[in-house]
Amino acid sequence: MTDATQHSGAYVRETLAEAREAPGRFFGPIAWMRQHLFGSVIDTLLTFLGVAIIAWLAWQVIDFAFLRAVWTGENGEVCRKEGAGACWPYVEAYWKQFVYGRYPIEERWRPTLVFALFAATLVPLAIPSVPYKRLNVFLFLVAFPVVSFFLLTGGVFGLVEVETTVWGGLLVTLIVALTGIVCSLPFGILLALGRRSKLPIIRILCIVFIEFWRGVPLITVLFMASNMLPLFMPAGMEVDKLLRALIGVALFTGAYLAETIRGGLQAIPKGQYEGAMALGLGYWQMMGLIVMPQALKMVIPGIVNSFISLFKDTTLVLIVSLFDLLGMIQASLADPIWISPVTGKTGYFVAAVTFWVFCFGMSRYSQWMERRLATGHKR
Amino acid sequence: MIKTDDTIVAQANGALSTDLAVEMRGVNKWYGDFHVLKEIDLQVRKGEKIVICGPSGSGKSTMIRCINRLEEHQAGRIIVDGIELTEDLKRIDEIRRDVGMVFQHFNLFPHLTILENCTLALIWVKKMPKKEAEEVAMHYLTRVRIPEQAKKYPGQLSGGQQQRVAIARSLCMSPKIMLFDEPTSALDPEMVKEVLDTMVGLANEGMTMLCVTHEMGFARQVADRVIFMDAGQIIEANEPNAFFADPRHERTKLFLSQILH
Repeated sequence: MTDATQHSGAYVRETLAEAREAPGRFFGPIAWMRQHLFGSVIDTLLTFLGVAIIAWLAWQVIDFAFLRAVWTGENGEVCRKEGAGACWPYVEAYWKQFVYGRYPIEERWRPTLVFALFAATLVPLAIPSVPYKRLNVFLFLVAFPVVSFFLLTGGVFGLVEVETTVWGGLLVTLIVALTGIVCSLPFGILLALGRRSKLPIIRILCIVFIEFWRGVPLITVLFMASNMLPLFMPAGMEVDKLLRALIGVALFTGAYLAETIRGGLQAIPKGQYEGAMALGLGYWQMMGLIVMPQALKMVIPGIVNSFISLFKDTTLVLIVSLFDLLGMIQASLADPIWISPVTGKTGYFVAAVTFWVFCFGMSRYSQWMERRLATGHKR
Repeated sequence: MIKTDDTIVAQANGALSTDLAVEMRGVNKWYGDFHVLKEIDLQVRKGEKIVICGPSGSGKSTMIRCINRLEEHQAGRIIVDGIELTEDLKRIDEIRRDVGMVFQHFNLFPHLTILENCTLALIWVKKMPKKEAEEVAMHYLTRVRIPEQAKKYPGQLSGGQQQRVAIARSLCMSPKIMLFDEPTSALDPEMVKEVLDTMVGLANEGMTMLCVTHEMGFARQVADRVIFMDAGQIIEANEPNAFFADPRHERTKLFLSQILH
C-alpha cells in the first residue's frame, strides 16, 4: 500500500495516524432527511404518500372534534343538526358519570380523594430520583389500597356505605386495572419460578394452573366468576361481584405474565446462578437479587404488553354488569335527551382517547425505564 | 446403620487429620450413564496450592466444582474444612461461605456495579452493615489494583479487570479455600498476566488454592503439587519440578509434549 510495503516485506509505522472527524454529511436535519426521506424516487413518492395519509387522518379528527363540533347546548337538539361534529355538551353533562359511575353524588369526594392519593403515591414512585423509595413503595402498595378500600366502600368512621354495584366509570376501570397489575406481577413471578422448580409437585401444579388460565378466554373467566362460582359456594355466602372480577382478572393476567417471565428466566446464563451459589446465596436471595432483576429487565416489553392488554380487557367486566368507563359511556347513549347521530361517535371518541392516553403513557414509561436500566450489558 | 449428622462430623474430624482443607475419598460421579469422575482420592493440606491440568473433558472442572457442590457427587466422601458434604443444605451453605470460586467466564453480575458485586454476599450472607461491607470491598478491590473502577458496571471493564473483580469478590468473603476454574482461558493474551500476578500474590500469602489451569509457568512458580487428570481419573500427581522434568505415565508425557513446545 505505502512505499515502505512496496519495497520490502518489513514495515514499521513511524508516525501514528490521528483520529479524524467523521464526514459531516451524515449529521444535521437536512442530511438526515435527504438520507431517510428522499433517498430515491420511490422513497420520495412514499414520503409524500405517507404525509398525505397522515394529514388526511389528522384533518378528519380535528374537523370532527373541533371545527364542526358543537360546544354549547342544553340538550341533544343542538347536535341533531346536519353536519354537526362532536357533541361536547353531552360530554360536559355526563363526564362525572364517566368518571364516577353511579357513585352517590354527595359522596363523590371519596373517589376524588382516592384518585388524588393514587397520583400522590404513584408519581414520586415512578420518578427514580425522588428519595424515600421504600416508604413510597409501602405507601403505594399497602397504605393506599387499605385507605382506598375503606374510603370507597365506607361503613366505617361515619362514612356512608356504598355498594360496589353503584361504582362505575373510570373508577372501576382503574380499580380493575391497578389491582390486576399489582397482584398479577408477583403472582406471575411465583408461577414462573414454580414452573422451573425441581420439585415435581410444585412444577405440575404451576403448569396445570398456567395452562388452564391461558386456555380459557377472559370472558369465560368473568362469566364463571359471576354466575358459576356462587353454585359452588355454601348457601348464604356472598362474594362481592367486583371482587370476583378482580380475582379473575389477576389470575388470568398472572398466568400470561408467568410465561413471559419464564422466557426471561431462560435467557439468564447458568453462570449467573453458579456465581450466586458459589458466594453462598440461598435460593430466594439468588432469585431475588441476581436472577429476577436481570430476567424482568429483559422482558419489560412483554410485561408491559400484558399490562396494556389487561387495561383494555377491563372493558369486558361490562358483561358481568359492572359498568366501567366504556360501560358508562354506552349506558349514557340510551338517554333520550341527548340522542343524536353524533352522540355515540362522541362518546366512543372520548373512550378511545382516554384508553389511548393511559396505554400510551404506560408504553412510553416502560421504554424510558428500559433505556434507564440498560446499564449492564452495553459499553 | 443410623448416624446423626453430628456423629458424621465428629467422625470426619476424628478419623481424618484436621490439617486437611479438602479431602476426597473414592469420589464418583456420573452424568447419566457417562462416568465423569472415577474413584477420585485427593487430600489437600491447609495452605497447599494445587494445579490441576488435563485434556478437555477429563473431569478436572467437575472435580473442583464438587468441592462447593455446584456439582453433586454420587459416591464417595468429600470433606471440606472438616465439614462433610451431604444433602444437608445448611452444610452446603456453610461450605460455600468458606470456599471462594473464580470462573472461566467471570460470572460477575452485570446489573450491579463492581462495588455492589463485591458487597452483595457480605450484606446478604454475612449480614454485614452496608458501610462496613463497602470498606471490605474497597480493601480487596485495592488489592487487585482496580479501586478506581468501583462505580462502573462489569460490561465497562476489560476481561482481565473483570476477572480481578471476580477474585476480589470471592476474597471479600474471607474464604479459607479458593477454587479457580480455568481463570485465564477466556482472556485476551495481553490480560493473562495481570490475573496470574494476582493469583501468585494470593498464593504467596498462604491461601489454600486449587487451580484448574494450563498456565504451566504459574504451576511451576506456585504449585506444591501438579495433578494430571484424564478420563475422569487422577493419572499422576507430583511436585512441579519432578512432574515436568520426569513425567511417569505415558498419557502425561503425551499431554506435556503437546502443551509444552
